[in-house]
Amino acid sequence: MNKKIKDFLFQNKVVILFVILCVGATIASKQPLTFVIPELFTRIARNSFIVLSLIIPVIAGMGLNFGIVIGAMAAQIALFLTTYWGLTGISGFIATVALATPFSVLFGYLVGRLFNRAKGSEMICGLVLGYLAEGFYQFIFLFVFGGIIAMNNPTLMIATGVGVKNTIDLKDTVKYALDTVPMLTILEIGFYVFLIATACSLGIKFFKKQAVDWKKTGLTVGIAVVIYGLSFIKPIEQFLSADRLLLLSAVEVLCFATVVWQVLQFVLFKVVKKNSEDAGPNTYDPRRSLAYIGAAAVVYGLTYIPALYNVLIMVKLPVMTYLCIAALCGFNNILLRTRLGQNMRTVGQSRVVANAAGINVDRTRIIAMIFSTVLASWGQLIFLQNVGTMSTYGAHTQVGQFAIAALLVGGASVQKATNKQALLGIVLFHTLFIVSPLAGKELFGDPVIGEYFRVFVSYGVIAMALAMHAWKKVAKPKEEDSVSIDESDSQILRV
Amino acid sequence: MKSMINKFGLPRIIIAGFFLLLVMGAAYFDMNMPQLMGDVLRRWGMFGILALAMVPAVQCGIGLNFGISMGIVGGLLGGIIVIQLNIAQNPALVAIHPLFAGWAAILTAILIGVVLAVGIGYLYGLLLNKVKGSEMTVTTYVGFSVIAFMNMVWMLLPFDNGELIWPNAGKGMRNTISLASSFSEVMSKTGEFSIGDFSVPTGMLLFFFFMCFLMWLFMRSRTGLAMSAAGANPMFAKAAGINVDKMRLVGTVLSTVLAAVGILVYAQGYGFMQLYNGPMMMGFTSVAAVLIGGATPKRALIVHVLVGTFLFQGIMTLGLPVVNQILPEGNLSEVMRMIISNGIIIYALTQTKGGDGRE
Repeated sequence: MNKKIKDFLFQNKVVILFVILCVGATIASKQPLTFVIPELFTRIARNSFIVLSLIIPVIAGMGLNFGIVIGAMAAQIALFLTTYWGLTGISGFIATVALATPFSVLFGYLVGRLFNRAKGSEMICGLVLGYLAEGFYQFIFLFVFGGIIAMNNPTLMIATGVGVKNTIDLKDTVKYALDTVPMLTILEIGFYVFLIATACSLGIKFFKKQAVDWKKTGLTVGIAVVIYGLSFIKPIEQFLSADRLLLLSAVEVLCFATVVWQVLQFVLFKVVKKNSEDAGPNTYDPRRSLAYIGAAAVVYGLTYIPALYNVLIMVKLPVMTYLCIAALCGFNNILLRTRLGQNMRTVGQSRVVANAAGINVDRTRIIAMIFSTVLASWGQLIFLQNVGTMSTYGAHTQVGQFAIAALLVGGASVQKATNKQALLGIVLFHTLFIVSPLAGKELFGDPVIGEYFRVFVSYGVIAMALAMHAWKKVAKPKEEDSVSIDESDSQILRV
Repeated sequence: MKSMINKFGLPRIIIAGFFLLLVMGAAYFDMNMPQLMGDVLRRWGMFGILALAMVPAVQCGIGLNFGISMGIVGGLLGGIIVIQLNIAQNPALVAIHPLFAGWAAILTAILIGVVLAVGIGYLYGLLLNKVKGSEMTVTTYVGFSVIAFMNMVWMLLPFDNGELIWPNAGKGMRNTISLASSFSEVMSKTGEFSIGDFSVPTGMLLFFFFMCFLMWLFMRSRTGLAMSAAGANPMFAKAAGINVDKMRLVGTVLSTVLAAVGILVYAQGYGFMQLYNGPMMMGFTSVAAVLIGGATPKRALIVHVLVGTFLFQGIMTLGLPVVNQILPEGNLSEVMRMIISNGIIIYALTQTKGGDGRE
């Protein structure tokens, strides 16, 4: 047991260190939680997507993708163009996404091609590539826009007409476009999308003459209709038509949903048990259900503590943005279960083995890069629509570094990264980001020290992770073969 | 013809061609050629030693040393201490000759910088011996971290000379420290002569060549040869009884020391010392310079430093006025610098087969 605890502490040393650092800095900053927590939730909404876009290349064995900067640049080119064309609101945002995607697919493809020529030094290559791309980016924004492509818009362009201004205000265009999609709209669109998807799948099954599980389909459609119908009840409609969700309500809904879900499972379990005794080993455990329900009750009870209550009513969640983040987490998980994801994992473990197994290594790596670049560009758009202004020549420069640092703070490494680590990392890293200037002011009388400190942390944590990775790589051949095989096996399981 | 291209290298031909194009452009726009050429020489001498720092690093096998910022930090500290002590204004020294006082100041700064750099370089070398095969990635980020760490140190160091700290009782040291009252241009001004507008910073160039000469001597010494052997083929060197790790350490320390010297020479030529994020990207500039000169991550010679720095700085010096004639808006020469210096690094990285090469 003692050894277990020691192992746990050792394996999570980075996370533990940062938890201590965050708690210490928060206390030192003397800021109330009612300030820190709402700020933190804003930053989670802004930054999660782009951090999550780093996971696929790690799985494909390409390390930390410093090339996401290029995805961010694609996003900014698209955003500039749609702003210039005067597209606004959520439709403008969707148009921007649609425009950014082909750009980033192309860029991702090119980056992937380049990385295939520099196998083993992707990270340094990606870093330098970011600086190189910065050169091209500035060329486009300073000379091509206005210089070669005639553009006439005094609010966007520099007075001479050649080159784009330093900052672009998105206040009247796409600011909060995604954040403020009302829940009602989401529900409505989700309902119709679900209906269409069900119809399509039925049609395909019918066409292919496969058996259709009418009972199950009917049940799911019924549930969907009921949920959709619920939204017509006045109080629920009012609740849903708000564009932001109060964290308090979110917690309450979550507790309620957990209870309903567990009760449902319990009922199903009873029904199934009665119907068929030979349904095979059932993994359902009623005790676990009870534990979940108990936990939900406790969490709900906690919301009545005044200190916590005050924090909870301060935070308003942008629902659509959080849904997008959740969808990306789901996508990362589902991708790993597909053939492509398995290929990526094999390539990540060993290119030789993958090659021998008939996987096209170069192609798989390029696909991983395209995914990552596209996701990064979407992430940058989510970031920019929340911030509301685009610093034309600065918004993308630190993207790669901060995203990678956040991922590493969550306990990820060069070879292994999961959704959980990404999310945990964002929470820790951004807590530190919020409080460190204030802590610096309290401790040294100067907020600049705190700012330098957080930059140092972001560089330092990357340097440490890279050094640890390289160190392991050197030390590994010296160990006995059996040990290393064990290690890679357990790694497969852990991923 | 083809063998000549191979020998000279395609990128070098392109860049040399570009340089000639800029020279022609400058002539076409009727610019002050002698003055521009004098500037090229000045910047050649300024940047030369920083680029020279790549030679021992590459030769000892650690590859392109993006982490020279660590040596640079040592050099900057040396410079700051000298300004704090006010050596250049010491009446006894100024009485002999103002330039002599300046020399005393910069040599003291170099001495302090070298001592610090030896210590830093040794620790840095120990780290690099642990991360064989991924030195470039690690050194880049270790270099960045050191710069970020020093940002805090610059804020907190207890220096109080008026030249160093922010005026009106601000906290910490200035971003850019003027060397006008200490060792600004002492090397450049020593033995400087001009033909018309074409001025030659003799002292600085001589110092640069002297450093190259010392490096050249070292490379031919027993240790230098052993170091090159260790870098070129570690297995073979080990079999021949060379302590590879120790040789890598020697190379790293030398590289760091040269970076410390280099930044001080650069600062005196420029007239200012830049703290905080100023030296962050200097590693990239130096790496790009030797690569343009024909070096690879496995092999770098002094001639690569001489040619590369001249071409790179030549393009930078001529690029600004010439390009501004063509496109007056914005800062295209900065864009050009980014594309050339990072493009050449990418090119070099994709030419060598991987970092570890173990497939």
